[in-house]
Formats: sequence, structure tokens, C-alpha cells
Amino acid sequence: MKVIPEFLRKITDNEIWKSVFRHGYTDTPRNRALQIISNVWLHLHPAKVREHGTKIRFTWCMGGITFFVFLFETITGILLMFYYVPDVNRAYADIVDLMYVVPFGRFLRNSHRWGAHAMVITVSIHMFRVFLTGSYKPPRQFNWVVGVILLVLTFLLSFTGYLLPWDQLGYWAITVGTNMARATPFLGHEGPFSYILGMRADNDIRFALLGGTAIEAPALLRAYVWHCIAIPLIASALMMVHFWRVRKDGGISGPL
Amino acid sequence: MEVRQEKREFVEFKDDKVFTWPTLVAKEFLAAIFVTVGLLFYSYFVDAPLRELSNPGQAENPAKAPWYFLGLQEALVYFDPWYAGVVLPSIIILGLILIPYLDNNPKGNGYYTFKERKFAVTTFVFGYVFWYVLIYIGTALRGPFWAFFWPWEKWTHDFPTPAPMHDLPLPLGIILMGGFYFAGLTLPALVKRDFFMKLGVIRYSLTMGLLLTMVGTVIKMVFRLAFNVKYIIATPWINI
Ligand code: HEM
Repeated sequence: MKVIPEFLRKITDNEIWKSVFRHGYTDTPRNRALQIISNVWLHLHPAKVREHGTKIRFTWCMGGITFFVFLFETITGILLMFYYVPDVNRAYADIVDLMYVVPFGRFLRNSHRWGAHAMVITVSIHMFRVFLTGSYKPPRQFNWVVGVILLVLTFLLSFTGYLLPWDQLGYWAITVGTNMARATPFLGHEGPFSYILGMRADNDIRFALLGGTAIEAPALLRAYVWHCIAIPLIASALMMVHFWRVRKDGGISGPL
Repeated sequence: MEVRQEKREFVEFKDDKVFTWPTLVAKEFLAAIFVTVGLLFYSYFVDAPLRELSNPGQAENPAKAPWYFLGLQEALVYFDPWYAGVVLPSIIILGLILIPYLDNNPKGNGYYTFKERKFAVTTFVFGYVFWYVLIYIGTALRGPFWAFFWPWEKWTHDFPTPAPMHDLPLPLGIILMGGFYFAGLTLPALVKRDFFMKLGVIRYSLTMGLLLTMVGTVIKMVFRLAFNVKYIIATPWINI
């Protein structure tokens, strides 16, 4: 039975394969290292890691899965952007079209929605495991701080997306959420001590968030821009820092 | 020129390193596949919710925030919006950020242990679980007008009128709350001296301040449920 090895050799031992992967694949320690080092994506990882860090029972794989779900959301989100226009006269109809007209539109929208919920859940579990392993202790304090900001951004990503279908569910959820901003001490017009700064419905922090005194066209546009551009960019930047710091802080934490 | 160089202590690291490829990459790849399949499978069978076109004139009843914020919305039952919606979440975020700087216990760094860090784990797990308990109540047990329904009860619009609530007299409120923070800050320092000594004044005060605020939030809820107390401290400017 030399068929399979022979077949595998044929696949890898030719000019096309080598032009793509740059080096052959003989299973040697050197090549295992090269697999990581010479690949622009994989070299996020070091060539070698401490063994316990690869154990699912240690990390629960939750940081990695959160990142993966973020990528999943980016892809499904971009596809949704082809069909959705953040205009109060169109938005709802676009979503209805996605559900009933666009081929695979329903499937696409469902994936994006459930992915968003999944990300909120996995990021919370990730934080929980990082706490339980005490991985925020020196030298990783700052990476925990970056993580907390990522947690907040994950909530905000999900929250801003909630308004976009422009249906009763999202509209009233965002109403409830942003009404809280009214009550911000000092900065919201119904909050304690707001008279000191002269806050009114049309100049307080809620006004700044919504671009108006009620949830109307400017609020939808703002939610859209935050959701599709601003927050993903900020979150991506922080994720780069987060992953960089995991390595600079000495790799996945572990007993000495 | 003087070059400062820290003296390095040589620590013996256990050399348990393995190659990332394939040990780790294979697992990540599998995890990615499982997650994708799981999500797609779920999305194939369960539809994302979509209600009627938004209508500012017709409020949803109950109008609920997304589930992950329902803990805060549930807290609105017990607190004014400035606390439940703004100050409480800010304190939570701030508290989370401070954790690494407050917890100076060197043990339990990089492995699972309860024994070596009982206080930290208990506090965190309590807060974490409480957050989800509130979310569960807000999601599953709150019906029209945010009235409480058990899972086996049907949501109706004729639920019993809630009992009238009253505020505590202002002096009593101030004494209670002041006393709570005062006792909470001093007693543990006196009783558990080494706990206090290990943390130092600043860490200790911040840790206990945050802990007392978390516990106080729960206590206020109990006051409301058990004694129908609306505000502990009621003033024309701010109510707690
Ligand atoms: C978008 C959100 C996030 C992503 C994509 C992410 C991703 C990751 C990944 C891939 C790792 C490597 C180890 C692992 O998978 O467990 C990691 C480690 C870590 N994360 Fe996150 N994370 C996120 C949010 C958070 C949050 C909310 C916290 C804490 C509040 C946090 C704190 C940390 C810390 C301290 C480490 C180092 C752990 C160790 O060395 O054992 N991260 N993160």
C-alpha cells in the first residue's frame, strides 16, 4: 500500500505547490518551525509553545473562538452590506427582502445574528477562564485591561447592530438603552446635577449619541457607521495589541 | 555613561515546549470548523427575530434591551436610571480594569486554583453569576409593564398592583449607608489584619469600596423586595 504516500508526494512535489508554499514539506523539526514562521497568518504564533497552552482544558479555546467568530461576523457582515441601506425608508424593507427574496438571504442574516450572540457569550467565557487561571497577574495586567475594553466593544458592536433592522424589536431596545443616557449624572438632561452644565434634551449626551432628540434617520446612520466601520476598526486594532501582548508577556500563562 | 542593567536571576523554566505546528494549529483548525458548522446549522433551523416596522407611536410592552443588557434593565426596578444605567455599568467596567492592580496575591498565576485565592475567586464568581441571574430574570421572568411572572405563569396584563413603597427617612438612610461603608471599610481591616497589611491602604480601600458597592447593590434589592423600600437616601437632587 504505497498508493497514498505516493499520491501525497505527487501533490507536494511539483512546481505549482512549491511556488505557493516556498518549501517542501518533509516532516522535520525545522519544517514544523518554518510552517509557522514563513506563513504571514500563522506567524501570529511562535514556532513553539508550552504544551499546557495548547490544551483545551486550559484555555477552553475561548479567546481563539471569539476571534474566529469576529472574523465570521466580518465576512457575513460585508455580505449583508451588499443588500442593506441604512435609510429609514428602506432599511426594514431590505431586511424583509433578505428574509424572503434574496437567495440565501435568510441564512446569511441568521448566521450574522447568531454569530453576534455567540461572540458575546464566548468573550464572557474567555474572561471567566482568564480570571480563573489568574492570567491577569504580572506581567499580564495590561492585557487584561485591553481585554476589558474589547469586552465593552463587543457589547457595543452587538448593541449598535440591534437597531439596524429598524423593526419594533430593535427600535424599542435601543430606546430603552439610550434613554438611560438621559440619566447620566451631569451630562444627561434628566440626570442628577445636570442643571449645573445646563443640559437640555437637545444638547445632552443622548443627543450626541442619537444625532437628535429621538431615534430617527440620523440615529440609524450613526448606528450603522459605528457598527460597520468605527467599532470594528477599533476592535481590530485592539485585538492586534491583545495578541501581540500575549506573546510579549511570555506566551499563554502557566505555572512556572 | 552609565549603563543600567538589571541583574538577571536565572529561573529554571520547565522546558515543555511543543511545536505549534501541528499541535496547536490543528486544534484551532478543528475548533474553527466546529464553530462554523455549529453556527451554520443553528442558522439553518432557527430564524433571527424580525418584528413589524418600527413605530415610535406604539411602544412595545415590555420593551426590552438586548439580552446582555437586561441585567442592567432589571436593576432599573431597584434603582434610578442614573445608577442602574450609567454609574453601575461604569463601576463594573472600572472594577474589572482595576482587578489586576488590586489583586497582589502572587499565587495562582497561570493555573486553576481555588485554595490559593479564595477571596478573589469567590468575589468574582459571585459578581459573574449575579450578572447572569439578573439577565435571566429580566429575560424570562419579566412581562408587560416589567411585572414579574414565574416561568409557568402566563403573561397577562392584570397582575396584582404592587405594594406601595416608601422612602427611608433621610437621617436614617444616611446613617445606614454611611455606617455600611464605614463598617465595611474598617472592620475587615481590624479583624483580618494581614489581609489589610498585604494590600496596603490604597488597594484595600479600592477593593473594599468596590466589593461593598457590589454587595450594597444586592442589599438594596433585598430592601426593596422585603420591606418595600423605594429609596435608602431620598433627596431633591439624587435618590439612592
Ligand atoms: C474580542 C475579544 C477578545 C479576543 C478576540 C481575545 C482573544 C484572545 C486570545 C486568542 C488569547 C490567547 C489565549 C486564549 O485563547 O485563551 C487571549 C488571551 C488573553 N486574553 Fe483575550 N480576547 C478577548 C477579550 C478578552 C477579555 C474580555 C479579557 C479580560 C477581561 C481578556 C484577557 C486576556 C488575557 C489576560 C489573556 C492572556 C491569557 C493567558 O496568558 O493565559 N481578553 N485573548
